[in-house]
Amino acid sequence: MTAAAPLISLQSVSRTYRTERVAVAAVRNVSFDIAQGEIVAVMGPSGSGKSTLMNMIGLLDLPSEGAVYLQGANVADLTEDRRSSLRARRIGFVFQSYNLLARHDAIENVALPLVYCGIARKERMARAEASLQAVGMLHRAHHFPRQLSGGEQQRVAIARALIASPLIVLADEPTGALDSRTGAEILSLFAALNRIGQTIVMITHDPGIAAQCRRTIHLHDGELVGDETQTPALAKRSAVS
Amino acid sequence: MTMLQGFQIALHALRLNPLRSFLTMLGIVIGVASIVTVFAIGAGAQLRLQEQIRSIGANVLMITPGAVYQGGVRLKDGSKLTMTESDVQAIIEQIPEIQAAAGSIAGTAQVIHEGKNWNTTINGTTTGHFMVRDWQLAAGRYFSATEEAGAGKVVILGSTVARELFAPGDDPIGAQIRIMKVPLEVVGVLDRKGPAQDDVAFVPLTTAKLRFLGSASKINRDAVAYIIAKVAADGQMAGARAEIANLLRQRHRIPAGQDDDFKVQDPAAAMEAQQGAIRTVALLLVAIASVSLLVGGISIMNVMIVSVTERTREIGIRRALGGRMRDIRLQFLCEALVLCLLGGAIGVAGGITLSMTVARMAGWVTSIDGQAIGLSLVFSIATGLVFGFYPAHKASKLSPIEALKTE
Ligand SMILES: Nc1ncnc2c1ncn2[C@@H]1O[C@H](COP(=O)(O)OP(=O)(O)OP(=O)(O)O)[C@@H](O)[C@H]1O
Ligand SMILES: [Mg+2]
Repeated sequence: MTAAAPLISLQSVSRTYRTERVAVAAVRNVSFDIAQGEIVAVMGPSGSGKSTLMNMIGLLDLPSEGAVYLQGANVADLTEDRRSSLRARRIGFVFQSYNLLARHDAIENVALPLVYCGIARKERMARAEASLQAVGMLHRAHHFPRQLSGGEQQRVAIARALIASPLIVLADEPTGALDSRTGAEILSLFAALNRIGQTIVMITHDPGIAAQCRRTIHLHDGELVGDETQTPALAKRSAVS
Repeated sequence: MTMLQGFQIALHALRLNPLRSFLTMLGIVIGVASIVTVFAIGAGAQLRLQEQIRSIGANVLMITPGAVYQGGVRLKDGSKLTMTESDVQAIIEQIPEIQAAAGSIAGTAQVIHEGKNWNTTINGTTTGHFMVRDWQLAAGRYFSATEEAGAGKVVILGSTVARELFAPGDDPIGAQIRIMKVPLEVVGVLDRKGPAQDDVAFVPLTTAKLRFLGSASKINRDAVAYIIAKVAADGQMAGARAEIANLLRQRHRIPAGQDDDFKVQDPAAAMEAQQGAIRTVALLLVAIASVSLLVGGISIMNVMIVSVTERTREIGIRRALGGRMRDIRLQFLCEALVLCLLGGAIGVAGGITLSMTVARMAGWVTSIDGQAIGLSLVFSIATGLVFGFYPAHKASKLSPIEALKTE
């Protein structure tokens, strides 16, 4: 293995869901790499296997065939506990429905991954404050999710995804539940994070959003049907529309 | 995740739903409270019996009236006084193992000193009574031979009676008190022997018969209600019992084949047997209380299973954010443990309160037993572990992806 292994590498990855009657091939023979510092949009119609793919990149699921490599290591060779602890330290999730814990305030939510990194409460709180500050939500630190707007909840969720300084942030339709203006704000937050080097993979239905990402991967019926890298100039023009 | 973090998360979750948490632990609370109370009452009863055994004195035999036949009908034990002062005399003189013996008659009466009065047991007996029971004086003297022979107007007070009739610092010795209008001089105050024993006033047997109890029709001039006798050594108890029985059968002219009209008892041995019985009953009650603990455990398991289902999404989120299966298990196990420990602690507090209330209201002696408290807390922890394990295990086995999809 060379030192310059890509951050993420998918090699002939398939994922088949087997129920009693049928086998659904949600992802079929997909291969691509994601390098450090990229921002990648994943597009495709509903049911095309985007979330399934994302779960495998995020170590929540394993391929039925093929392999996912994280920094050169086949994730299937790791123990479930090791994958969990990599999720805590190396991966940040952002969900369409925010997935904040309703019974904890914003700062507790943001600090949650650090609980599973074995970090003491005092440091957790200090780092959660810094993370909230980074997404402009420090003034809502002690608000509960129900006291926050959708956009604010998603910012808190992004602060949570960032807290452990992950290798990669995985966002599954992060703007899907937001109006277009709020969605644009969240998107520029991701863009800003990417400018300072954060690797991001984002599922979206919105071509306008995808256009702002330098690279777009297209899925159809579980198959990779397109992987294009736009020129920055084009990306800029799309951002205006 | 550490144990401490597990407990913090558990406390947080339980605080959000205090009523539900409390109801969940109620079974444990009741179970532990009953165990602590039963132990306290049982231990109290044991203590009281031990005190009584001690207060009777070592190697004491007690002779009480037995069944009497009148025209072929067996009357209730003790319905007729069958023993006499000459029986006492004969026991002392003819049975070498007997060190001392005394007959008594007793009743209750009001004792009065100046403004104060007190209702107590009046025991008419001889100085031998104190010898049998190894009962020392705190002040004054026992009865003199002349007082015993001539119905002297003297009284020896138990410490409770002395305390009730005399102000502290007021010397009872030489004071005049009255019992049923008869003035008596206090010649002695006894040492303390125990709450149940100290509430008594002793007068010479002759005095009791002549001045207080003689009017009762049951009492003939020579009769005593019971006799106590002290045997010289522990090993001679059985022999002395048999000899007393023989002697009394002869003296009462009981033909062979007919029942004794008296009973010779070894009260300490009887009480020891009673002590065993109390222990058995207490154990039985503890077993019943443990069932309540079991029910409490099942109720905790039930609520935990519901809670795991309700919080499936939370579990999914925690797993996605890096919680290992064992972290999820620990979290829910901690919740069950906190419920049981808290329930156990409330139960212990409740049990202590309850047994103190019982002690006050029913006048029973209770004794809070550190061992019982420790034991019930250990039981609570065990209940939490046993009944919390399945729900916690179930929670840890959830697939994070599926869990995240639930509403
Ligand atoms: N647990 C499962 N069991 C069986 N089939 C499943 C399961 N999860 C997903 N699928 C199927 O796999 C296919 C891909 O699902 P996936 O959720 O990845 O789609 P998606 O691209 O994320 O869709 P959407 O845009 O609606 O979120 C779908 O046909 C879906 O029905
Ligand atoms: Mg999806």
